Amino acid sequence: MTHPIPPGTRDVLPEEMRELRAIGDRMRAAYEDAGYGEIHTPALEYEEVLLRGDERAAGARYRSFDDQGAVLALRSDMTIPIARVVATRYAEAEPPLRFSYVARAWRATDRGVGEPREFLQAGMELIGVPGAEGEAEVIALTIEALTAAGLRRHRVGVGDGALYRGLLSSFGVPGEAHLPMLEALSRRDLVGLEHQVDALGVSSSDRDLLVRLPGLRGGPEVLDEAPGVGGLRSLYEQLEARGVADRVIFDLGLVRELGYYTGAVFEVYDPAVGFTLGGGGRYDNLIGKFGRDLPACGLAVDVARVHLAQAAEEALS
Amino acid sequence: MSDRLTIAVPRGALFGGTLDLLDGLGIDTAEVRSNDRKLLFADIGVVTMRPSDVPTYVEHGSADIGITGKDVLLEQSERKVYELLDLGFGECEMVVAAPDTGDPIGDALRRLGRVRIATKYPRVAAAHFAESGRQAEIVEVKGSVELAPLTGLVDGIVDLTATGKTLAENNLKVFERITTSTARLIANPVAHKLKATEIDAVVERVRG
Repeated sequence: MTHPIPPGTRDVLPEEMRELRAIGDRMRAAYEDAGYGEIHTPALEYEEVLLRGDERAAGARYRSFDDQGAVLALRSDMTIPIARVVATRYAEAEPPLRFSYVARAWRATDRGVGEPREFLQAGMELIGVPGAEGEAEVIALTIEALTAAGLRRHRVGVGDGALYRGLLSSFGVPGEAHLPMLEALSRRDLVGLEHQVDALGVSSSDRDLLVRLPGLRGGPEVLDEAPGVGGLRSLYEQLEARGVADRVIFDLGLVRELGYYTGAVFEVYDPAVGFTLGGGGRYDNLIGKFGRDLPACGLAVDVARVHLAQAAEEALS
Repeated sequence: MSDRLTIAVPRGALFGGTLDLLDGLGIDTAEVRSNDRKLLFADIGVVTMRPSDVPTYVEHGSADIGITGKDVLLEQSERKVYELLDLGFGECEMVVAAPDTGDPIGDALRRLGRVRIATKYPRVAAAHFAESGRQAEIVEVKGSVELAPLTGLVDGIVDLTATGKTLAENNLKVFERITTSTARLIANPVAHKLKATEIDAVVERVRG
């Protein structure tokens, strides 16, 4: 007899489980050694609490009711629950605060069969360290944790989620025109974006920058090509001081889908797999929505994807 | 992934234009042109496939870049691929067509409250009718869509047409134009970062 399980979920049997566990353990140890204590929060939260963090609750789609009629939702990431924990359990604690997790999250996707909806994420959050200093710490630790997990060629893409919007505003583009353009940028529909830019009627130098920006990626030299990248430049200096600058790709067109990011955004790549291993960014307003105003940033990777990259790495050596 | 790019090439209507483009990039396509059964041409980094499979291979990184029609990208809009360039060739139109006998689509909507539409592009078709506030039942077919209204399966079709010849031969008339489609250059998001130099070189040469 076979019995179905919900789409996007799967059983993990001992051989795979051993490998996933080993990756999780190595990453967990790297986080702990860097002072990021592991945290556990409930898989089910009150939906209204998750929604306080992000209007779309970062994609939470699995809901149910408890015996009081309250709406419960499966968390769609660990960042929002940790923001809640910081505001409630660490209301008086002296920042900075450092937390890590190896935990499951759930996201219903629009995709059909096969796309995972239950993820094992490994990640960390750094709370109370603003700007480039905090971002560099999170990036460097992610690179280190992935090296511990057995990857060799992984890189971190870094952008500024507020950069394009800021340029549009400074060029006098009215607010209502921003959203469709940012959506095209987020999908990297560069053909559609160029059509929209052409319809704006801005000066030809402004037009060129808006069209060129999504293609600007590489080393620190790309920072010379655009205005408003002071934050990224200081991040580069911090990364250099930590000896990981060569592992970072600046990507001025990078924007992340989640609504709570306020500045720097990150993605993690490995040449062995064609999709991102994970991502993160700076979210300076999120914890404030729960009542404690603290800047923060974090980065998480999908352990199953790290496993794919690690297996490919093993096959090469 | 090695540093040389793997390119997903669509067989079918965009095949010739794509191979001409690759010639312009200095890739020797003679073997691809002469061998229509072979699928993988490893020494020049070319894989050939149906146009609708190109986004799949590129999304997963099995190909770094690929060429496919905008029609395919519209239908598979959830694919995480970057659309880098409008290549200009392979122009055709996505249209609503129906038998050239009065107004079969309007009649169905008036009398039956909905119209039945056959298509290979169910999502584009559904979106087009939803956006214009009309109820449509979408019937997905795999083969010749033109047959569907002639046999009474549906009232009309949504399909791609370049010259309108096939439609005319089956006594079908274009009632609405949805969008124009041309060939596009797409890229895998990770390759776009990790092989930026190689991909930019292709974009530069194509842009001319």
